[in-house]
Amino acid sequence: MNETLGTLLIIAFVILGVLHVAPGLIWLERRLLALWQDRYGPNRVGPFGLFQVLADAIKMFFKEDWIPPFADKATFILAPCIINVTALTAFAVIPFAPGWSVVDMSVGLLFFLAMSSLGVYSVTLAGWASNNKYSLLGGLRASAQMLGYEVFMGLSLMGVVLMSGTFNLAKIVEAQQNTIWYCVPQFLGMMLFLIAGIAETHRLPFDLPEAEAELIAGFHSEYSSMKFGMFFIGEYIGITLISCLMTVLYFGGWDGPTFGISEGLALKLVQFGWFAAKTFVFLCLFILLRASFCRPRYDQLIAFGWKIMLPLSLANLLITGAALLALE
Amino acid sequence: MIDRLDIVAELGSRFGHETFQVQPTRDEIPTLWVSRDKLREVVGYLKTDAPGPYKMLYDLTAIDERTRTHRPDQPASDFTVVHHLLSFDRNQDLRLKVALSETDLRLPSITDIWESASWCEREVYDMFGIKFEGHPHLYRLLMPRTWKGHPLRKEHPARATEMGPFQLPDEKQDAEQEALHFRPEEWGMKRESETSEFMFLNLGPQHPGTHGVLRIILQLDGEEIVDCVPEIGFHHRGAEKMGERQSWHGFIPYTDRIDYLGGVMNNLPYCLAVEKLAGIQVPERVETIRVMMCELFRIASHLVWYGTFAQDVGIMSPVFFMFNDRERIFDIVRAVCGGRMHPSWFRIGGVAQDLPNGWDKLILDFVNYLPARLVEWEKMVMQNRLFKARTQGIGAYTLEQAIDWGVTGPGLRACGCDWDFRKKRPYSGYQRFEFDIPTATRGDCYDRGLVRAAEMEQSLRIVRQCVENMPTGSYKADHPLTTPPLKEKTMRDIETLITHFLGVSWGPVIPPGEAFVGIEATKGNNGYYLVSDGSTMSYRTRIRTPSFRHMQMLPMMSRGATVADMLAIIGSIDFVLADIDR
Repeated sequence: MNETLGTLLIIAFVILGVLHVAPGLIWLERRLLALWQDRYGPNRVGPFGLFQVLADAIKMFFKEDWIPPFADKATFILAPCIINVTALTAFAVIPFAPGWSVVDMSVGLLFFLAMSSLGVYSVTLAGWASNNKYSLLGGLRASAQMLGYEVFMGLSLMGVVLMSGTFNLAKIVEAQQNTIWYCVPQFLGMMLFLIAGIAETHRLPFDLPEAEAELIAGFHSEYSSMKFGMFFIGEYIGITLISCLMTVLYFGGWDGPTFGISEGLALKLVQFGWFAAKTFVFLCLFILLRASFCRPRYDQLIAFGWKIMLPLSLANLLITGAALLALE
Repeated sequence: MIDRLDIVAELGSRFGHETFQVQPTRDEIPTLWVSRDKLREVVGYLKTDAPGPYKMLYDLTAIDERTRTHRPDQPASDFTVVHHLLSFDRNQDLRLKVALSETDLRLPSITDIWESASWCEREVYDMFGIKFEGHPHLYRLLMPRTWKGHPLRKEHPARATEMGPFQLPDEKQDAEQEALHFRPEEWGMKRESETSEFMFLNLGPQHPGTHGVLRIILQLDGEEIVDCVPEIGFHHRGAEKMGERQSWHGFIPYTDRIDYLGGVMNNLPYCLAVEKLAGIQVPERVETIRVMMCELFRIASHLVWYGTFAQDVGIMSPVFFMFNDRERIFDIVRAVCGGRMHPSWFRIGGVAQDLPNGWDKLILDFVNYLPARLVEWEKMVMQNRLFKARTQGIGAYTLEQAIDWGVTGPGLRACGCDWDFRKKRPYSGYQRFEFDIPTATRGDCYDRGLVRAAEMEQSLRIVRQCVENMPTGSYKADHPLTTPPLKEKTMRDIETLITHFLGVSWGPVIPPGEAFVGIEATKGNNGYYLVSDGSTMSYRTRIRTPSFRHMQMLPMMSRGATVADMLAIIGSIDFVLADIDR
C-alpha cells in the first residue's frame, strides 16, 4: 500500500514537474537567447517577465483551434498527442535519485529508445495529415532524419551498456558512482549521443522538419491553438528528456558531494539537487546551440548522419568492447 | 578609351548613315534613332561583333510621346522604345530609340539576343501596351493580369480618385483568384517527367524567406528544383507614374521608398539627373556630405543583408547584432537628417540642411567602433564552416552570364569584374577618395557575401575621409533652380524671394531635355532616366533598379538546387521588393 502510494506520488511529481519545466524552459530560452543576442527578451510581465509564460498559455488556449477542411481530421488530432505521450512516458524510466523513479525497469534504456522512435510518428503524421505541401516536405525530412539518426543514437549508447553491463538506468548511475563518470571513458559516445539527441528533438541545427525560413514551420504549419501548443511543449519535454539522459548516462546522475548528509530524505533531496543542476546545464547548452549554429542542408545532414556519425559510433562500440576485453 | 562619337560613325559606316538619326541629350550618351526593321540587326551587331562590344542590356523602356511638346531633332513618334546598352570595354553607354506609331504598336523582341530583355519587354507591354513579336511569354509583369489599360500611357489615370471606388464582389474576387492560378503549360513546364510527377510549390507571396511580397513558383522533383518562375508586382506602387504627377522637388521622398534600405542613396541619382538637366554644379561640400551619408547607408543596407542572409541559412543570432549596429547608424542619420529609414534629405542642388554641431564626433565614434564588430561578424558568419557548406558553390554564375543578365554591383564583382561606378565614372566627387573595390572569383552565394562584407570596410574608409576632409562652403548650390533656395537671402532680395516662392509653391521648372544618371547604389546600379518637357513635373521618369535584373535570373541560378539552397540564393542576391517592383 505504502509502495503504491509512493509510486503514485512519483508519477504525479514527474508529470507535474515535467509539465512545469517545459513552459519554464520557454521563458528561460527566450531570456537566454536574448542575453546572447544583445537584447532583453520578455521582461515586462511579472518579475523578470516570468508571467509571460502564463500570458502565452492563456493566448494559446483562447486561440481558435482550427482544423483545415482539407486535412485528415483524425490523424491531424492524433499527431500532437503522440509526441507528448511518448516523451512523457519515456520519463518513467529516469531515476531522479536513488529509488526515485516511476518504474525501475531492467530494460530502461531500450524503453527510452523505443519511445523516442515512436515520437517521430508524431511529426511524420502531422506533416502528412495537414495535406499541405510545406508540411509534407517537413514530414518527409523528419522521417529521413529519424532513420539516419535513430540508428547511431542506439549504437552510441551501447558503449555505456558495455561498460556498466546493464540496461537499467539506476544501475548505470550506480556503476558510475563506483568507477568513473562515463563522460570520460565514453567521451566520443557522449558527443554522438548529444548530437543524436538534438536531432531527435528537432532543435537547430537539426530543425530541418520545421525550418522557419524555408518551410514556414514545416510539419506544424497548419496547427493552431493548443494543438500547436502541444508540439511546442512536446519539443521542450524532449529537450528535458535528452538532458536528463545525458546526466544519467554520462555524468553520474545524482552522484555528487553530499555535504556530510548521509541518510533520509535530506540525502535524497541533495542527490536530486545534483541531478537537477546537471540537467539544467544541458538545457542551457541546448539553448546556446540554438543561438550559435547554422542549419545544414537536408542532404548534408543525412550524409553527415550516415557517413560520419554511424561509422564513428560503430568504431566507438568496437573500441569500447576491445578495451573491456583487454582489461578483463 | 574609345571616343564617344566613334560608335555613331562606326554604326553609320556599317549600316549606312541614313539608318540612324542622332539625338543630342543632356547626359551626352550617344542616342540614335533606328527603324524597327533594323533594330535586331543593329543590336545583334553591337552585342557581339562591334569592337568593344556592348555586352549588357542595361535597360529597356518606353516613352509615351503623344503629349510631349519639346521634341526638336527627333523623328515623329507616338511611343518610343528605348534600349540602353552598356559597354564595359569602352566604358560607354548607348541609347537606341525606336519610333512607333499609335496604330501599330509592334516591335521585334530581342529576348533571343538577351534573355534579360524578357522582363523589360513584359514591363513595357504591361505599361504601354507595346507588343513584342517573338517574345515567348508576353504576359503582364507588374500589374495583375486582369488589369484594364496600360498605366504609363498618358490617358491612364494616376489617382485612385479618378478611377471610381474600388469594389470586390464575389465574382470579381473569384476571377482575380483564378487569374493568379499557376498554369505550368504557360511557361513551357511539364507536369511530370518519365519517372516522377512534379510538385508545384508556391513560395510566397507570404513567406518568411522571400523578404517581402514575392511569389516564386517552384517546380520540384522531391526537394530538387527543376525550374522556377518568379512572379513580381505585388509591391508595385507606380513610382514612375508618380514621377509624372509630382513636382521635381516633390518626387524626392518617393525615391527613398524605391530601395527602402538605401535611404538617401536613392535621392542621389535622381538629384544628379535633375541637376544635369538643370545645369546645376553643386559645391564640393555638398558632394562630400552626400557621399558620406550614402556610404553610411551602404553600410546600413549591407548590415541588414548580412543578418538576414545568415538567418535565411539558419543562423539565428547575427541578425540581432547587425540590427543593433544599424541602429547606431540611424542614430547618426537622425541627428543629421531628422529621419531614419527615409530621410528624403537631398535636394535639387544641395542637401536639406547643413551638418549639425558635433556631427563629426558622432560619425568618428561610429567609424572607430564598427571595424572590431565587423571582424567579429566575419568570424561568426563568413568563417562558419556550416555556413560555408551551405553557400559555397551554390547559385553560382559566370562573369559572362552575369553581364548577359544585367547584373551589377556586388553580384558582378563576385565574378571577378571590378566594375564600380564610383571608380569607373566618378560622380559626386568620388574621385577625391581613396578606396578599393573588393572582388571575388567564384560568383557563388558565398563570394557575393565576401564582397559585401569587404565593401563595408571600404565604406568606412570613405566615411572617415569625409569627416577628415569636409570642405567648407555652402550646403546648397548658388543656382536659380536650386530647390528650395537658401532661405537667408529671401528676406533681403526680392528675386530670391520670388524664386523661393515659385520653387516651393509651384515647383522648379526644369529645362527640356533628357538625362540619365546611374550610381553605384547598395544593391547594384540604380539610375534615373528623366525626360523633361520644360514643366514643373517630369514628363517621364524611368527608374532603372538593380534588384529587378537580379531577380529575373533566379531561375537560371536555382535550377538543380534544393529548396534550402533557394533560400540561400535569395538571401545572397540582396534584393528589396520595392526595388524590383517600384
